[in-house]
Parts: sequence; C-alpha cells; structure tokens
Amino acid sequence: MNLFVSAIQWILDPANWVPGSQSPLPIQDRLAEHLLYTFVSVLIAAVIALPLGFYIGHTGKGRQFVISFTGAMRALPTLGVLFFLTMVLGYSMVSTTANFVGTMIALVLLAIPSILAGAYAGLESVDRQTIDSARASGMTEMQILTKVEIPLSLPLIIGGLRAGVLQVIATVVIASYVGLGGLGRIIASGIGLNDYDRILGGAILITALALLIDGVFAVIQRLTATPGVGSTRQTEKQSLRRRAPGPSTTVGTPLQERES
Amino acid sequence: MIEFRSVSKRFPDGTLAVDDFSLLIPSRRITVFVGSSGSGKTTLLRMINRMVDPTAGQVVIDDTDVSGSDPVQLRRSIGYVMQNGGLLPHRRIVDNVATVPLLRGTSKAEARARALELLDTVGLDRSLANKYLSQLSGGQQQRVGVARALAADPNILLMDEPFGAVDPIVRVELQNELKRLQRDLDKTVVFVTHDIDEAFTLGDQVVVFKTGGIVAQVGTPAEILARPADDFVASFIGADRGQRRLHLEPRDPSSGQILVVDDTGRPAGLIDGDPRSSDDVPVDVRVS
Repeated sequence: MNLFVSAIQWILDPANWVPGSQSPLPIQDRLAEHLLYTFVSVLIAAVIALPLGFYIGHTGKGRQFVISFTGAMRALPTLGVLFFLTMVLGYSMVSTTANFVGTMIALVLLAIPSILAGAYAGLESVDRQTIDSARASGMTEMQILTKVEIPLSLPLIIGGLRAGVLQVIATVVIASYVGLGGLGRIIASGIGLNDYDRILGGAILITALALLIDGVFAVIQRLTATPGVGSTRQTEKQSLRRRAPGPSTTVGTPLQERES
Repeated sequence: MIEFRSVSKRFPDGTLAVDDFSLLIPSRRITVFVGSSGSGKTTLLRMINRMVDPTAGQVVIDDTDVSGSDPVQLRRSIGYVMQNGGLLPHRRIVDNVATVPLLRGTSKAEARARALELLDTVGLDRSLANKYLSQLSGGQQQRVGVARALAADPNILLMDEPFGAVDPIVRVELQNELKRLQRDLDKTVVFVTHDIDEAFTLGDQVVVFKTGGIVAQVGTPAEILARPADDFVASFIGADRGQRRLHLEPRDPSSGQILVVDDTGRPAGLIDGDPRSSDDVPVDVRVS
C-alpha cells in the first residue's frame, strides 16, 4: 500500500511537471507523446480498416479471408514486430525515422483487427429488411451505406475504434524500447534507476489514461446510438413506455469476430 | 399497364422460382398475387422494380422494357411497401415519408410539407411526424410505409405482404383504407399475399399461384369462386372444405334473424334486410 501512496505522491510532485526538466520528465510531455502516437496510429488504422470493413459488411465479400487474416494479425506479438521492423527499416532510412515508422506500423497492425471487426460486424447487424427496403425505394448502394448502414451501426463501429484505441494506449509503452517517447519512457527510466515510485507511477498514469479515454469513448458510443433504436437515448415518452420490440443495435465492444 | 412476357427466373443455386410466366396487369386496378410460400409471387413482384432480374423473358411497363432502365431511377418511380414497413428506424416518421422525394432532389421544405400531407392521406395524425418508428404501433407503421411509397406520386404501387404482421382487426382497417386510397388516387397496385380472403377483398384481378411460379388461375374473385380452374384452386380457396359453401338456417323464432352457416355448421354471418320479407326456405348461396 505504501508503495502505491509514494507512487501517487511521485505523480503529484510538482517537480516532475516542471517544463524543460531532464528526460523522461516532465510528465505532461510524455503524456502528450503517448496520446500523439495513439492518435496517429489509430487514425492510420481507421483509414485502412474502416473502408475495408464497410466494403466487407456491405457486400459480404472477402469475409472469410479477412476473419482468418485479422485473427492471424491479432496473434502477432507487437514487440517482436517492432524489433523486426526497426531492424529491416534501419537498412533503408535514418535510424530515428526507422524507429518512428516501425513503431507506427506495429501499432497500426495492432489496431486494425478491432476496427475492422467493429465495422463489418456493425454493418452485418443491420436488419436485412431495412436495407432491402432502402434499395427498393431507390437508394444507390453508396446511399444505403451512408444513410442507412453506417448510422444504424455507428455504436458498433465506435466500439471497434474503442477497442483499438485501448489496445494501442496500453501498447505504446513499447515505443520507449526503440528510443521514442511516451509514458513508457518513465517506466523504462524507473527500471534503469531502480526507482519503484517512478515505475509504478508510470504504470498508474498509463492505466488512468486508458480508463479515461475508454470513458470518453463510452460517452461517444452513447451519444451516437441512433435515436429511435437501442435503449440509450430516451426521447419524450419513451421512458414511460416500454419499447416496442424492433430491430436493435448492439452497444458494446466487438472483441472477437464472429466465426462462420 | 404492366406486362410479363414469358418470364423465368432461375436462382444461382439452380432453383427455378418462376417458369415461363406471362400476364397483363391492367392500369389503375388492384392485382393480387396469391399463393403459398415458394410460389414465386414475391420474385415476380420484385421483377417490376428490378429488385430481381428475370433470367429469361421481359417485364414491360407501358411498352418500355424495364431491363433497359436504370434500376435506381426505376425504383424511385415505383412505390414499394413491404411487411414491417421496412422503414428507417433512425429517422423520424416525416423524414421516412420524405425519403424518395429527397432522393429525387426535391427541396427539404417541400418534401416535408408533402410528407405531412401524406400522413393525412393515409389517416395518420400529424402529431406522429416527429416520432420514431419504435414509438408507433404495427398498424401505424404500415400506414407510414404506404405514405412513404406514395410520396413520389408513383403510378405503380408494389405491396409485398404489407399487412402480414398486423392483427386481424387492424388488417381489415388497412385493407379498407387501401381500397379507398386506390379509388381516390387511381394507382396501379400489385399486391402479394398468401391470404386468399385478403386477395378476394382487395383484388380486381386475382392470380392464384402454385408452387414454382405456375399460375393456377387468373380472374376476378367472383370468377375464381364460381369456377375454380382445378382441384388446387378449389382447395386453396377453401371450396372443397365447405368454407365457401354457405346455407341459410331456418329463421330464429325469438329474434327473427336468419343465420348463414358454412358446410360444417359454423356461423358465417346474418342475412341483411327485413327479416320478415325473406324466404324461410334454406337456400344454397356462395359469397364472393
């Protein structure tokens, strides 16, 4: 218990937040780097995975291939990928660039499966009749996607992003292994200095950050739950009246792709 | 006028849903396709707005082969109502009704105004306009479905078992409403159902299907009742089970009413009019 108290004291110590102090301090710089790496890698992953997921979810094509492929991707040890990439990239570029690019690729690979699963599972959860009727009333395939499928599956799509972000936030720590910043630097330097307050303090910061971001996503998920569907946003008399059974959207985190 | 010319449909898995089907669907009338599941009636309906393309033959609307037209534009010009309405649960009722006009480029204000008018047309209160689908009853949802199909003022209205999911009382109400709408708006309606009573209630022309898209009989309800083409039709309309063969019971001495019963003795209704003037002798009658 004492260990926790002193770790938290270390976090709260104003001396550790003084701008311009020696690396790995100040804490806010490392926090900012941590968030930056997370943001950039999740953004790249989303740019790749969302369109692909929408394509698979809308057309049903390539589903089997992607399930097995992303399953295999999930099994990749990110640290191993990181070392491999920095080594390979190190042949063709300056080592700092190679380290940064390698880290980003490793994190992108980590985030893709969750985002992809959220996107295609979300689209698949939309009632086939609703889509059929949208098509029959003269929507183009793109209009069906943007006006029907995506709005109705938004909570699941965000759920996929949420899972991806969470995994990346927890894993950005490894960036410090190749000399990059992030909260991992604090832990790494703590290990070097045998400073347990610093190690635990860094770990607590990462945990708190992850919980905070997850909380933010939980709120976004609630806000984007389509009105009229699901049970999240109550309108007018809905709270008084039991909801009529109808197509429901699932709100949650698709951690696992559905097989078959 | 919609014309099916030797239309066949074989699905990729090899099932022959429709085989060499030809039919003329007159304009401004209700044509009902009736048959059990798997009879290809929905497939045929969906060929009219190119939701399904025939593997052989042609579907022709007013002398234009639909295969030559762009499916999206074609669908926007034809109303479509399906079971459960097929409405968008994340949009308000008024926006659901305005869907097709908006797709066709009508301004938002105009589309909404028209949508509100249509709610009146189908007998819905305008106060429902800003509600969501899940806040409406099944019958109301169906009315919204009809309103949406009418929004772009199409000449043709396709209805795929639209009243299948509502209770019998609401269903009768909706059927009467549809007949009224068809009279008022002069639309060509193609209606798919598996309920022969619904077919006889609504249809100016009724097409009875056997399994595999084979037409058993085409005619007015009266023709089909009076002269079923074969045993299948007779059995399908219930004539062989005595459900359509009605008798008058002797006058009830206490109330003076004359009861109509079917072959099994189940009461089917009462004879209208002055009970004293009607004949007491039981007569063989058939209803149409």
